[in-house]
Amino acid sequence: MDLRFGDSKPTDEEKAAVDDLLGPPPSAWEGADDRSTGDLRWAVGGRDARERRDLLLPGLHAVNDRVGWISEGALTYLCRRLTVPPAEAYGVATFYSMFSMRPRPATVVHVCTDIACAAAPGADDFQADVERRLGPAGEARDGAVWQPSPCLGLCERAPAALAIRAGQGCPSAAGPGAGASSNGVSANGSSPAPSASAPGGAAYAAAVVAPATAEAVEAAARAPEDAAEEPDAALAVPQAGDPQLKLLSRIGVADPGSLDSYRANGGYRALRRAFALGPAGVLREVTDSGLVGRGGAAFPTGRKWQATASQPDHPHYVVCNADESEPGTFKDRVLMEGDPFALIESMTIAGYATGAHKGFLYLRGEYPRALRRLTDAIAQARARGLLGDDVLGQGYAFDIEIRRGAGAYICGEETALFNSLEGNRGEPRSKPPFPVEKGLFGKPTAANNVETLVNVLPVLEMGAEAYAAIGTGKSTGPKLFCVAGSVERPGIYELPFGATLGDLLNLAGVTGDLRAVLLGGAAGGFVRGDELDIPLTFEGTREAGTTLGSGVVLALDSSVPLPRILLRIAEFFRDESCGQCVPCRIGTVRQEEALHRLAARVGAPSTNGSNATAGTAEDIALLREVGEAMRDASICGLGQTAWNAVESAIDRLGAYA
Amino acid sequence: MTAVPLDPPRRLVEFTLDGEPARVAEGATILDACRAAGKDIPTLCQGETLEPKNACRACVVEVEGARTLAPACSRKAEPGMTVSTDTERARHSRKIVLELLASATDLSTTPRAAEWIKEYGAKPDRFGADAATMNEQPKIDNDLYVRDYDKCILCYKCVDACGEQWQNSFAISVAGRGFDARISTEHDAPLTDSACVYCGNCIEVCPTGALSFKSEFDMREAGTWDEDRQTETTTVCAYCGVGCNLTLHVQDNEIVKVSSPLDNPVTHGNLCIKGRFGYQHVGGGNTAGA
Repeated sequence: MDLRFGDSKPTDEEKAAVDDLLGPPPSAWEGADDRSTGDLRWAVGGRDARERRDLLLPGLHAVNDRVGWISEGALTYLCRRLTVPPAEAYGVATFYSMFSMRPRPATVVHVCTDIACAAAPGADDFQADVERRLGPAGEARDGAVWQPSPCLGLCERAPAALAIRAGQGCPSAAGPGAGASSNGVSANGSSPAPSASAPGGAAYAAAVVAPATAEAVEAAARAPEDAAEEPDAALAVPQAGDPQLKLLSRIGVADPGSLDSYRANGGYRALRRAFALGPAGVLREVTDSGLVGRGGAAFPTGRKWQATASQPDHPHYVVCNADESEPGTFKDRVLMEGDPFALIESMTIAGYATGAHKGFLYLRGEYPRALRRLTDAIAQARARGLLGDDVLGQGYAFDIEIRRGAGAYICGEETALFNSLEGNRGEPRSKPPFPVEKGLFGKPTAANNVETLVNVLPVLEMGAEAYAAIGTGKSTGPKLFCVAGSVERPGIYELPFGATLGDLLNLAGVTGDLRAVLLGGAAGGFVRGDELDIPLTFEGTREAGTTLGSGVVLALDSSVPLPRILLRIAEFFRDESCGQCVPCRIGTVRQEEALHRLAARVGAPSTNGSNATAGTAEDIALLREVGEAMRDASICGLGQTAWNAVESAIDRLGAYA
Repeated sequence: MTAVPLDPPRRLVEFTLDGEPARVAEGATILDACRAAGKDIPTLCQGETLEPKNACRACVVEVEGARTLAPACSRKAEPGMTVSTDTERARHSRKIVLELLASATDLSTTPRAAEWIKEYGAKPDRFGADAATMNEQPKIDNDLYVRDYDKCILCYKCVDACGEQWQNSFAISVAGRGFDARISTEHDAPLTDSACVYCGNCIEVCPTGALSFKSEFDMREAGTWDEDRQTETTTVCAYCGVGCNLTLHVQDNEIVKVSSPLDNPVTHGNLCIKGRFGYQHVGGGNTAGA
């Protein structure tokens, strides 16, 4: 390709960040300073260079993690290294909310303002206090800047914040060139140890502050490396230690940092059984178990795997969708932090069954502890022959690479995830073709959510029949629920399908008078506080006119201002729309505008009653019409569900009535 | 006339279109079938010479059994499928798409937009005076063409034409996200600092007039642009031996724009800077030496 790169040069630090990921540039064609005579004789940068396009996102992370933002020079250098047109790379970099194309302080504090945190008691005071201490959002002050963030997946400890300081020794140093096991990230501490002594520069650090106070957020903004260690993942599991648990059995029991502890607690039994059954046997078991996807779409996992396995085109890929960003959802984070080896084992089984030798784990960019635990777990598994050329001595080769998202909810949509991973903008593709036929890199791909994959372990350990006996006829197995909001014991709960909403909320202990429950997150729907007999199954929620979605159960008491929550949901979809299709790109904006007008009318006692009522009715009619078009005509699930929660609040809860 | 190699015969797909049996070649889209049957489906982002991007969603139709509507421009006809183009549901989505687009974007130079807005009863001003718009000023950073993103519907056609589908210059991409997404060069630099080669193939595919010849832009500003007074003459470009067809748009004996027939087997509507913009010597009157 004959590309034009411009004259901007990277700083030494930016160059080092990219070279740590990709290795030194082999020729002047790829950005080396010294031009050799060889370089003048032949051009480099054909297919080989272009085939590394998928390293664009890790490269952007590398620069952003080291320097805090991405300059023209850094982007140009990265483009030269990977033979990517600068305009396209700019389009990719500006797609993600964690990247900045303008200079900003090294420390960026993401303060969650999403539904669970906005519904937490004292949320207003907390945000005002943060603003008092750190200045207005987006304004650099004393080497730090804060910005409001969509849900950080820490809802059981709301309100939450995440402080990230750019510097050396960042996790993205773990590139394919560097070898994923030698990334200088410590397995324990709250911040990774610097891989090299940082001359003059501070080390990369990420600190999760939850539950957050404004003082703690300020302290984390000043010195993220000194932030207190996060509470153990087991604390997010109120049932921890219960012998009946299938998916959460090891959390709080086994040491998430130790492969031996994992094996001592039943780890790798399922993989052994898989090898005994053979790929066809695994496919049969998973199909017979009735397992369906837990990410929200509830597609039968066995059918997906079978369809992938039977494709003549090769290679096949396994992709774990760990880009958990549905507001109110945190189950995958708890699984990955509390039992990381379980995900490694189940991805290996998925690879074995579908004929894949490579798995990609696309992890949400805002999950620093999950990244540490999984990186460490993969390294241990590799060292012990549980990943690599000969898994368990069975002659089957499989390895896993972690790729980090960079702040885009839409990348949880599987085809957007593939585009993101391939180094393109995270825009969904139109289906058909489906991923089982043309997925990642255009090859047959089985893409599964974390919880779905982890369910494969009990399927194989218990056998399909025993697994299918759990739950109801149409929704089999155990299910994780993310309970937060107005409850005494927020956290992840594991219940067999068929338990009612009331059963679940009894376990968590409702506080105050329950006004509404948000099921399934921002893309889900509200039910009333008196609809506690809704069975928590796919068919039961559908019958009740709502959805299970990703398993969010957010309880709201009457102190929570509903119009504000609805506005936050609308803001979320407007922010997170990729912009590809018109109904979602503009419809989400019009939805937010209408909700602003409605909220203003609720807030201000009107002097002209009938006019206000007419205006309200008109706005609700407008919302319905736009919502219907978003649902019918958007490309992907984001636009199709962007109106669900608002609709249910109007119809079920009588919002704005 | 060049010999056009014939493809092997394709099988026919039979399906039901608005209650009537329809037959199209395998691989044809629902839109192809609609056009063959003389049905007028609104399209904006669809282009004869480009892969369907199905971004605008103006062409959605109802496919029986599907949860959502399907874009006619990209969904291939499948044997036995039942497609309805004129249901209440499909018309509603098209109406809303037109309302949303017209409320955020200047569609004044989009061919047929006004006609469709009327046909579907769309009311773009219902979103109120405060409704967010693209809110862009024309970018005039070179002598050849103008980018007026206030008129841009983000159909991606210019990006695809500039990129790997035709020109392989990769001067522009979509930057930003959601409602803030814009067609942009790297770092939003002026075109003169970008990889642009001024082939103007993006103008050729732009469905809204957001990209236009500087000559057209200036004449529209001056109020002198009048397509009714223009003639179109298709000729062969004299600059090199490739033999590209040029269509010269002439108003008052001056060339005001150059395009190329989309169905021309040499160009498929694409030209280079010389064919597209190198016409100033023809009139003579405006050149420095005259």
